[in-house]
Amino acid sequence: MRLPSKFRQFLDETGGMALFTGRFFSQEFRPRFEFRELLMQCYIIGYNSLPLVGLTGFITGLVLTMQLRPALVVYGVQSQLPVMVGIAIVREIGPVITALIFAGKIGSSIGAELGSMKVTEQIDAMEVSGTNPFKYLVVTRVVAATLMLPILVVLSDTISLFGAYVGVNIRSVTSFSLFFRQIFASLAFGDVLPAVIKTFLFGFAIGMVGCYRGYNSRNGTRGVGRSANSAVVISSILVFIIDLMVVQVTALLGLN
Amino acid sequence: MHAVRSDTVEKEGPASDGPHTVGPATDGSVIAIEHVFKRFGSNVVLNDFSLAVGKEENVVVLGKSGSGKSVLIKCIIGLLRAESGQISVPGQNIPDLNHDELDRIRAKVGFLFQSNALYDSMTVRKNLEFPLRRHWIDLSQEKIDSMVTEALGNVNLAHTVDMMPEELSGGMSKRVALARTLILKPDIILYDEPTTGLDPVTAKEISTLIVDIQRKFHTASIIISHDMHCVKLVSDRVALLDGGKRYWQGKYEEMEASNDQVLKQFFE
Repeated sequence: MRLPSKFRQFLDETGGMALFTGRFFSQEFRPRFEFRELLMQCYIIGYNSLPLVGLTGFITGLVLTMQLRPALVVYGVQSQLPVMVGIAIVREIGPVITALIFAGKIGSSIGAELGSMKVTEQIDAMEVSGTNPFKYLVVTRVVAATLMLPILVVLSDTISLFGAYVGVNIRSVTSFSLFFRQIFASLAFGDVLPAVIKTFLFGFAIGMVGCYRGYNSRNGTRGVGRSANSAVVISSILVFIIDLMVVQVTALLGLN
Repeated sequence: MHAVRSDTVEKEGPASDGPHTVGPATDGSVIAIEHVFKRFGSNVVLNDFSLAVGKEENVVVLGKSGSGKSVLIKCIIGLLRAESGQISVPGQNIPDLNHDELDRIRAKVGFLFQSNALYDSMTVRKNLEFPLRRHWIDLSQEKIDSMVTEALGNVNLAHTVDMMPEELSGGMSKRVALARTLILKPDIILYDEPTTGLDPVTAKEISTLIVDIQRKFHTASIIISHDMHCVKLVSDRVALLDGGKRYWQGKYEEMEASNDQVLKQFFE
């Protein structure tokens, strides 16, 4: 039986991605370790993403609060606004929105950078100079993305909560300490742990997809554009799939 | 043509790496390619191709576009894997080597890409430091600086050390790429169309540089080209690749005097 070409292409891509991930794990723990490049990538991927992540986090918190308030006023539970906003941001909105922003900024950047290096033979040049380009380019970027996204999510959540505090105070007056006391009192270990775990998985998936698409880029500059584009699309979809799976697993484990 | 010798040459190199010693591959040659077969899908590119390169010899592999010249040198450096046949460089069969073993060979085999393949996010200095820092991790910064200066001096571009690749002209990029190739003091250099895309004057400069490098560093080289001015200047021997096989080999003068239609078309 001949499979439809789109489906065959999907299977090829999935198989290629699985092999690429396997190669990552086989190389990650073998010397030589590229610490200098890893630190550089942490700086580029993490520190350079801070302004964007901070801005979007603040706006998300602010808008979420302003949108939720009218619905809560109807039921007379507007006093629960900090609790609702806090849980929503920490459990779901903060990690997912930050991961999507991260996929757009970092996934495309990694895909385009490695794609461009591939089509201009820079990756081959590394290989013939005796450097393992997979270790130097892929392992460092994937590890940096995996480590930096959770940190960015924590910062984004914090800034989002400040945004929410501003949002609450647009229509009413709530003290800073009361607002945050209400939030922290309502948050449980089961709210924070799954959120943290999934951010590591989001970061890993975004880094891996960006590197896979870039590293396997073909057909010149058009291929580079396609790599960057598909890195964002695939990693964004993976963010939602991972989110769904983590929610299911943590529910089964009784952490929700 | 240089005489093919089977002795070894010791060259000056960083202390941590010890002296570079080129051993003969087989029968006195430093590169021995025997019955190599390579195809992409149904397209057979190399079909029972054989070639030997002697010590301090410049062999030009000539062929039409798409005849598999670049595939051949990518098989030699291990970027592509030959499906069958032997590629001994120097004395080890490339298709049998694992990644670590290939890396050790690659420290002794330089490769000049047609596109130069300079790392465009790094300065010229960083481009040259990159292979050094990976192969000789114990080198001091002073030693690295002096090796970078020396390598750039060899191609007369010492003043470009802090420039970015995008600031260099085509000829300068080629020279910097050559300096990066030379910095590991290779015993063998593979040139992939070194004069393609350059004006005749710059192409002649690059060709002269290839000859100078051979004389100064006693390197053996395979030069892929279909620029006959370059071939005339740099070749000790010419091998013609046609239909995946070595169609002919001999000196440039013999090729020029030949009445063979396949050979003659390169001069038309």
